Amino acid sequence: MHILKLIFKNAFRHKLRTFLTILGVAIAILAFGLLRTVISTWYLGVEASSASRLVTRNAISLVFPLPLSYKEKIRQVEGVKEVSYGSWFGGIYIDEKHFFANYAVEPETYLKIYPEIIIPPDQKSVFFRDRKSAVAGRKLAERYGWKIGDIITLKGTIYSGNWDFVLRGIYRGRDENVDETAFVFHWEYLNESLKKTSPLRADQVGWYMIEVTNPNIAAEAAVKIDRMFKNSLAETLTETEKAFTLGFISMTEAIVIAIQLVSFLIIFIIMAVVANTMSMTARERIGEYAIFKTLGFGGFHITGLIFGESLVITMVGAALGIFLTFPAAKIFGKELSTYFPVFIVEPETIYMDIGAALVVACVAALFPAWRAVNIRIADGLRRIG
Amino acid sequence: MGNRPPIVVIRNLCKSYFRGNQVIQVLNDISLDIDDGEFLALMGPSGSGKTTLLNLIAGIDKVDSGIIQVGGVDITSLSETELAQWRAMNVGFIFQFYNLIPVLTAFENVELPLLLTGLSKKERRTHVETALSVVNLSDRMDHYPGQLSGGQQQRVAIARAIVTDPTILVADEPTGDLDRVSANDVLELMERLVHELGKTIIMVTHDPRAAKMAHVIKHLDKGVLNAHPQTDF
Ligand SMILES: Nc1ncnc2c1ncn2[C@@H]1O[C@H](COP(=O)(O)OP(=O)(O)O)[C@@H](O)[C@H]1O
Ligand SMILES: [Mg+2]
Repeated sequence: MHILKLIFKNAFRHKLRTFLTILGVAIAILAFGLLRTVISTWYLGVEASSASRLVTRNAISLVFPLPLSYKEKIRQVEGVKEVSYGSWFGGIYIDEKHFFANYAVEPETYLKIYPEIIIPPDQKSVFFRDRKSAVAGRKLAERYGWKIGDIITLKGTIYSGNWDFVLRGIYRGRDENVDETAFVFHWEYLNESLKKTSPLRADQVGWYMIEVTNPNIAAEAAVKIDRMFKNSLAETLTETEKAFTLGFISMTEAIVIAIQLVSFLIIFIIMAVVANTMSMTARERIGEYAIFKTLGFGGFHITGLIFGESLVITMVGAALGIFLTFPAAKIFGKELSTYFPVFIVEPETIYMDIGAALVVACVAALFPAWRAVNIRIADGLRRIG
Repeated sequence: MGNRPPIVVIRNLCKSYFRGNQVIQVLNDISLDIDDGEFLALMGPSGSGKTTLLNLIAGIDKVDSGIIQVGGVDITSLSETELAQWRAMNVGFIFQFYNLIPVLTAFENVELPLLLTGLSKKERRTHVETALSVVNLSDRMDHYPGQLSGGQQQRVAIARAIVTDPTILVADEPTGDLDRVSANDVLELMERLVHELGKTIIMVTHDPRAAKMAHVIKHLDKGVLNAHPQTDF
């Protein structure tokens, strides 16, 4: 007979209580896993960003534009391989509830700098030729049932009026972490309209996207670019794509922190639940532990029995919770794709699940084990009968 | 046998408990020798300190003062850990309520004390089977305690007590929870252990019939021992 067998038998002695505790742990781990995934999703853009890409924006704020004329100057800077530019459009599809990212870019250079955006060649060539055309991410097209050739109308917010686009391409991401819910169209189309309606706003871009020849010189190139436009009308701020994305995220930091807190709160609550189960169990068995001690088993063995039982219950629950996390994340991601373009369970999340479960199991066993080890045998035996 | 030193030597043993701020003197200057192979019955009214004395001899409680030697070892000087190891090797326990582990089979219950020895699985099996055959329960070894009668459970407990071949067996009212027939079985079994296998048994009992089986009867009253040597065995 092995002690392990005894631990398993003990764990499932009080079937309903064990079942309920396991269920509680499973749900807690599931909720914890989903919240951790929300957090890691938040930072996915940072991970997806390349070390050899820079973003140049107006030094004052992202809402102020930069002249189009900077493009050629930036291209001259040593180490710069390719330059593209874009403007945030902020158009509304149907109504505000149907949010997705939409912006104007120079298509050819944009797709060169972002090779992770993949468009079938035939669609790509039509997209390049047709100035009124746009491409949409696979998930976005799926969400609205868009087909190639559909006319999509966006209501301008920054740029007034209704804007019609012909969908000429549907892109997919090369990697899992590429946002497949964006809508991208020709910057030229936007600029030509502006030339007619509000010429003062024409020939302005929201930001420049720059690819450097080598990640090691990225920082150096950024300094050179910013120095070049020092004391000009529109001073620039150039940073790596990573820093740029992090800047966006810092605006939402409070929400991330709140989610972090809630996720740990869940673990704390389940810790209390498992601790309660374990102390009920240990209290009922105090006589049995006294028998073990009478027979010569030491504190080490008693501790092992109680920790083992706590681990069995918690780890079965955690395994169940982790198992459920994947389908749940799939459903969650589908339903909330507006807010979370990419929703994948990272390996780190699973490690955290396991870590949290281990901590829960050990903390829950601590007090019962301490009590069972320290009770005098004679007192423990008196509890029997 | 007369020249052999006693297996248990108790000198000037005192033990008291605190209840609140009140001191209860349970055992008062007890001295006692128990010979190897003796079957000793400890009698006395409820609350007279019988269990306390038995626990002290078995090394599961600590004395206030005095000496207890078992098999030449002064167990009052042992540390908690040393005492646990000593119990595993030297004491077999038989309780009123059998105290078997309900989730383990009869076999596994008897095997428990052997897990603390260095014996191989095969050796353990041999020992367990021998012990179970001594108590005449070879055919019940895969049964759980809940599937056995009280008498059978107590016999499993006796098998567990003898499986390590300990120096002494202690029994605290072993027939207290049994009907007359089962009680007789258990008592006859204990007598056989003494006569055929030469075990030393210290038994607390209320039952005059149980006491009749013993070689020596001691009465404990208000913490003091009185000898009542029994002659007719
Ligand atoms: N842990 C303890 N704390 C306080 N008093 C105790 C404790 N254990 C036993 N006693 C007291 O010691 C006395 C003797 O108890 P015990 O040895 O169990 O008697 P017996 O077995 O003869 O019935 C009783 O009065 C009992 O209440
Ligand atoms: Mg008693």
